[in-house]
Amino acid sequence: MKFSKTLMATTALTVAAGATAFAQDQEMVDSMTLVSWGGAYQNSQQQAYVVPYLEMNPDVSVSWDESSAEAVARLRAMNEAGNITWDLVDVVASDAIRLCDEGLAMEIDHDEMLEAAPDGTEASDDFGDLIVSDCYIPQIVYSTTFGYRTDMVPEGVEAPNDICDVWDLETYPGQRALERRPINNMEWALLCDGVAKDEIYDVLATEEGQDQALAKLDEIKDQVVWWNAGADTPQLLADGEVFMGSTYNGRLYSAIEEQDQPIGMMWDAQVFDLDGWIIPEGLPEDRLARVMDFVRFATDTQRLADQANYISYGPARQSSAPLVPEDMKQHMPTDPENSANTFLYNYEFWADYRDDIDAKFQSWLAQ
Amino acid sequence: MSDASTDPDKIEGPTPDNAMRAAKAADDGPMLAADGTPLKKSLAKSLRVQKMRALILIAPLLIFVLVSFIAPIGDMLFRSVENQIVSDTLPRTTARIDEWDSASGETPDEALYEALFYDLFVAEARREHTRLGTRLNYEMTGMSSLFRRSGRSLDDISDVYLDQFEDLNEAWDEALPWAELMGDPDWIAEQQAFDEAGEDGRMPRFELREGAINEFPNAAAAYETFARFSQTEEEDSPLEEEPYGLVHVALYKDLTENGYSQYDGPRADLVQEADAAVDGFESIGFKEGMIEIDEDWGNPEIWTTLQMYSPDYTTGYFLNSVDMQKTADGPALRDADERIYGLLFQRTLFMSLVITFSCIALGYPVAYLLSNLPARTANLLMILVLLPFWTSLLVRTSAWKVMLQQQGVINDVLVWLGMIGDGSRLVMINNQFGTIVAMTHILLPFMILPMYSVMSTIPPSYVRAARSLGATPTTAFRRVYFPQSIPGIGAGSILVFILSIGYYITPEIVGGTTGTFISNRIAYHISSSLNWGLAAALGTILLVVVLVLYWAYDRIVGIDNVKLGG
Repeated sequence: MKFSKTLMATTALTVAAGATAFAQDQEMVDSMTLVSWGGAYQNSQQQAYVVPYLEMNPDVSVSWDESSAEAVARLRAMNEAGNITWDLVDVVASDAIRLCDEGLAMEIDHDEMLEAAPDGTEASDDFGDLIVSDCYIPQIVYSTTFGYRTDMVPEGVEAPNDICDVWDLETYPGQRALERRPINNMEWALLCDGVAKDEIYDVLATEEGQDQALAKLDEIKDQVVWWNAGADTPQLLADGEVFMGSTYNGRLYSAIEEQDQPIGMMWDAQVFDLDGWIIPEGLPEDRLARVMDFVRFATDTQRLADQANYISYGPARQSSAPLVPEDMKQHMPTDPENSANTFLYNYEFWADYRDDIDAKFQSWLAQ
Repeated sequence: MSDASTDPDKIEGPTPDNAMRAAKAADDGPMLAADGTPLKKSLAKSLRVQKMRALILIAPLLIFVLVSFIAPIGDMLFRSVENQIVSDTLPRTTARIDEWDSASGETPDEALYEALFYDLFVAEARREHTRLGTRLNYEMTGMSSLFRRSGRSLDDISDVYLDQFEDLNEAWDEALPWAELMGDPDWIAEQQAFDEAGEDGRMPRFELREGAINEFPNAAAAYETFARFSQTEEEDSPLEEEPYGLVHVALYKDLTENGYSQYDGPRADLVQEADAAVDGFESIGFKEGMIEIDEDWGNPEIWTTLQMYSPDYTTGYFLNSVDMQKTADGPALRDADERIYGLLFQRTLFMSLVITFSCIALGYPVAYLLSNLPARTANLLMILVLLPFWTSLLVRTSAWKVMLQQQGVINDVLVWLGMIGDGSRLVMINNQFGTIVAMTHILLPFMILPMYSVMSTIPPSYVRAARSLGATPTTAFRRVYFPQSIPGIGAGSILVFILSIGYYITPEIVGGTTGTFISNRIAYHISSSLNWGLAAALGTILLVVVLVLYWAYDRIVGIDNVKLGG
């Protein structure tokens, strides 16, 4: 729109005029509240972003709030109460889109607000397609994929390496852990029911397609433990409750590498999703200035690559990929070995169909 | 000895005796207080003072409860019917959508599409259209992306006019000519002074020039909306901000509908030039344009949904929470594969009752034992009852997970004892059984404590007396002890039942798919789907159900029979 273009141009001019002076020009507060998911992931952010930032700015104090799971609801409540207590919030991409839709997140001008890549590539090109919303600053690519108990694979049988092995109760007996929501499960079910990969969302948009997916899930329903929290599946695998289960790949990585559990990864049909920052709309200027300063630092090429030292999630910048440590690359969902067959979370489809399909899915679950 | 100063009969002035004498003298007049006012009035006054004093004493608590408890809950429950978002975002459309007959099966006429275009354009500038899309997506799948896509492409229509005006004269894409054409000269002067001063603070509020609204009925209104929006939301001076394309669309309409060859107001040169050229302008119909932006706007079902949800208040959320939905022919049941809330309400009530009765069965003997042991031993045992209170709820629930799961403690022991085979381990968690076991354990203290405090006041001599009169132990218990302990059971049952009906964390962790409550669904709609209206409707129904049950309980058992202690 013409109007907002002009607006952006004016902002661009002011920012460009003092791009380096920007940080010093503004009054900045000395404390920030960052919101994240807790656990190993938050720790990787603390080590890769916050610790070096605090070394450069010893006066600043950072506090964490582990509320990302209910970030959208909390931000909406804060907005209604007129008191935003968070400065920077880590959310998955679908939540970022919803926050942007509701006007709860600030629109970002990626090229102006973020550092360019070392070779001079503008930030918006460096992040590329991963900028799925005007309000979103992606950090990492993670995937939802399967882990299985290596010691529970029946003798003389190959380890599972196909998404449809989840449905193969004869070859691989044992319970499965699946997330208690339709997203991902419906896609996998259709894929294993013979629907071609590029037709899945067309099929899923129809009533018959939804019934088809649920019918496929019916085949294993009595063998499924439904999880809500990402930590459930690693725990169920560690206890030997389930033979295989879906969860975020970083959770499986820490169960395998840090806790030495007999768990193997099955990367087939993994679903990529993003995690990144949003800045709440309506921050006062001095707090906004501090957050902008921090975000500029924390999302540069080196910092995103550093994060991969602590967790097996792929950095969202293309320019960070070569800097990822060699021994970590094989654990990344984006590694060519692992990403032969992948999905990308279909944000637009699920924004439309989420309520409808979820009602059906929950009703199906409760029967 | 008595003199005038102490003898009641001789003292003058207001004494009780004199008052009685005065009352007697007045014969059948009202009884008077010592100071001569009627006793009734005086009594009422002193009572009123007492009441006021009591009220002032409890005022802090009362205000606190009102402000921090009743008001937010009321506000939340109110969301179950609130629906202003549609008429706030699409005011022009909702004002005239009722003129359209949804039964006709035809799309609305050009005027309604025009209203929609105006509304959406303003909403897009304010970034409110996607919020409305999310709201309407609860009712009809696809609304979310329809609004988002439409918002991106509205310029396709407005640019047609903007470009032509701009080609005619560059001034039409500049800020100042528009401000002069529409703005009040006094306001322009004030705004100029404000802009030059460059200070923060409130801008002088935009005012339309006198007569502008008559000369340009559409464009003036559109420009006023733009100027106010620019001042308040964007904090930009309308003297420096080019107006958005909507004003050009509106101006085109004015120019085609009215003649401006005689126009002599500000910027008459521009207006007359445009008036002369406007007949040659290419135009685009709103209906055609909107359907081109997104073909779904040509779908009457979209308009039916808009029409059904255009009023400020809706029954939609409540219908949804009893598995029904609004349709063009009135409320109807949802498809069988989408019904869930009726089942969940039933399940919640059933499981809460089972949990309450399990608590009674397990708690009664414990409370009996506690109240009949010597104080020292009883206190020690009481600590054991209270111990779970001091442990985190999550820890207790997770402990049950370890106990009950298929590779868990109980199954392992049973397999080790050879009572079940390794292949046929019992399924005791992620179902109703798991929820009932874990919640009975967690809520047990709420049953034991009121029972104990009632039982400890029952004199042991009553049972002894019954025994000495020949009652068997069973009869003595049944006829003498048990009836006296009922108030404790009543209090415990109400506590446990009401707590369990709203429980959420434990069923979420151990309930699987068959052991979850309605509260889990409410939590889902609050924090995940963000359908707060539906969550509020479900919550309201739950509240009403509890109140009705409480009322029934009062009628059957009598609330006076409930005692929390002594």
